[in-house]
Amino acid sequence: MTAASTATVVAARPRVAGGRHDLRRFLFRRLGTGLVLLIGITLVAFVVTHLVPGDPVAANLGQSAVGDPAAVAAFRHQYGLDQPLPVQYLRYLGDLLQGNLGISEQSHRPVLADLEEYVPATVELALFAIAASLVIGIGLGIVAAAFHDRWADHIIRVISLGGVSMPVFWIALVVFYLLFFRLGWLPGGGRLDPAQAAPAHLTGLYTVDALAGGQWALLWSALRHLVLPGLVLTVYTVGMLTRFTRASMLEIMGNDYVRAARLKGLPEHVVILRHVLRPALISVITVAGLAFANLLSGTVLVENIFAWPGVGQYAYHSAVNLDLPAIMGVSLFVALVYIVLNLIVDLLYGVIDPRIRLS
Amino acid sequence: MTESPLPPAVPALAAEPLRRRRRLGVPAPWRRPLAAVGVAVVAAWVVIAVFAQLIGPDNPLAQNYAILAGPSSAHWFGTDELGRDVLSRVLAGARVTLPLSVLLVILAMIIGAVIGAAAGFFGGWVDNVLMRVADLFFAFPGIILAMAVAAALGPQLRNAVIAVVVVSWPSYARLVRSLVLSARTAPYVIASRMLGASGWRVLLTDIRPNASGPVLVLGALDLGNAVLLLSGLSFLGLGAQPPTAEWGAMVAEGTQNFNDWWVGLFPGLAILTVVLAFNFIGDTLRDALDPRTARAVRVT
Repeated sequence: MTAASTATVVAARPRVAGGRHDLRRFLFRRLGTGLVLLIGITLVAFVVTHLVPGDPVAANLGQSAVGDPAAVAAFRHQYGLDQPLPVQYLRYLGDLLQGNLGISEQSHRPVLADLEEYVPATVELALFAIAASLVIGIGLGIVAAAFHDRWADHIIRVISLGGVSMPVFWIALVVFYLLFFRLGWLPGGGRLDPAQAAPAHLTGLYTVDALAGGQWALLWSALRHLVLPGLVLTVYTVGMLTRFTRASMLEIMGNDYVRAARLKGLPEHVVILRHVLRPALISVITVAGLAFANLLSGTVLVENIFAWPGVGQYAYHSAVNLDLPAIMGVSLFVALVYIVLNLIVDLLYGVIDPRIRLS
Repeated sequence: MTESPLPPAVPALAAEPLRRRRRLGVPAPWRRPLAAVGVAVVAAWVVIAVFAQLIGPDNPLAQNYAILAGPSSAHWFGTDELGRDVLSRVLAGARVTLPLSVLLVILAMIIGAVIGAAAGFFGGWVDNVLMRVADLFFAFPGIILAMAVAAALGPQLRNAVIAVVVVSWPSYARLVRSLVLSARTAPYVIASRMLGASGWRVLLTDIRPNASGPVLVLGALDLGNAVLLLSGLSFLGLGAQPPTAEWGAMVAEGTQNFNDWWVGLFPGLAILTVVLAFNFIGDTLRDALDPRTARAVRVT
């Protein structure tokens, strides 16, 4: 199920006709395993949330209502909690097929509507953070590898180890205190200033929507609000990407062909960028997939601190309140991201190294 | 050795394997400054954890002082919203985090090793079922699964530990499975089988000692993640409950009083130093003992 196991390297040979056919078959197969994984995730989420002592009735009904047997029974009946567990699960799957994720016990709205509201905010934040992490992380990794065992390398190694050792909720607090509270350089929370209205809904990503509508002030504000939470989210992933870029570049630098490239007199930057970086990117991309999944977990903590109305906060509130349909919905969303991400990573392998065939 | 290889064209090429071999030994500490720093910091924290009550200037739970007083000569780290000495609480926090993170890594290691060994040893459908289950747990971002487990079991430190174990075991299962698979056809295992050793005996007496090195390296690398995840859950209110002096929960108190920076800054620094030290050690161990393990680590 890992990304690396489904793509294999075969001997270099010219692409033959039918390559597109291969791709189609590959996509179909991945769709199949993805579907199985999705169902598996719903099962895990269902078992974890239903077989444990926590009682959603106590969490969601008020103090007085819990003492009233009729209210409790009505609540249980309304959410199907009075049915045996296998029946509950099958009913959930049946509803899922019709695009019905159930009603959130907290917001009393369809879970799908909740997700539609919160997902774009998280996607915007995560895309911003992953783009920044890729640029900074790979850049630092290249510098560290190129100056291996010199002072630049040592400094970057310590920085990157610091990055992966930093508690994200703590660095969020420090950055919030310094850049917002003390210096006032950047806004401290939310997606826009309180007085501003959201741009007309196209994608739900405020920056994109503001750009499309030509609302420059709004675009500027949305960007400024992205910086603090985005910065905090990149701390870990930059460390991770730097370490992997450096390590895989160093591994490749030991190859004879790199020595040959140097011996034939190629300038060092050509050797590094063309002959070392490109093959190194294969393993970096695998990690980048992991890094993105990681960002999503980071959002739970970061969104909490920066009042960012995204899936992370939604996940937190639904977990704490044992809002079972909402937890299931979030799990499904996360699984979907994971599947799509793995697919993108596998397809990128082929782009970077044409010898890698999808199988 | 039967095929005669081309003679090395450049002497440097031939020298390389030799140099690599020499690096395999565990080197003197001054050759590995990061590891030396890591060991020193962890040792310091262990001493603090053992003697926290003697070192700490005050009882970590006593509400004796003016609330939210800044750092001063009387209270080096200031006081919190209930008038407790932050320094004493940070020191006391080591007694919670250090033993629990070691305990939960050992638990995850044992569970993962048993499942991975069973999968690798029996193969077939057992392998398939166990590894697909491990994949499912892998697919969840760590903190979301941990959050769901901790919330469902009830917000308690013990349940947070269980939640982190639930999240962490699959990486050990994967590693042990791959080690068992590659050992199954190794000459020493075949020899042992031919001497009449049973399957379990081979697994426990022959394969286990050979697999323990990489597993311990993974454990060392995982310690830092365990501390981060556990304190993250406490930060969210799903782990240690007040008035326990736990670092993640103390940072959460800091977010409530963010203009009094000392409340959250120092417990966070404590987490940072511990995790950094664990990572220094784990990284060096991996470089020295087992470069392969790097690929099995789940970067959570």
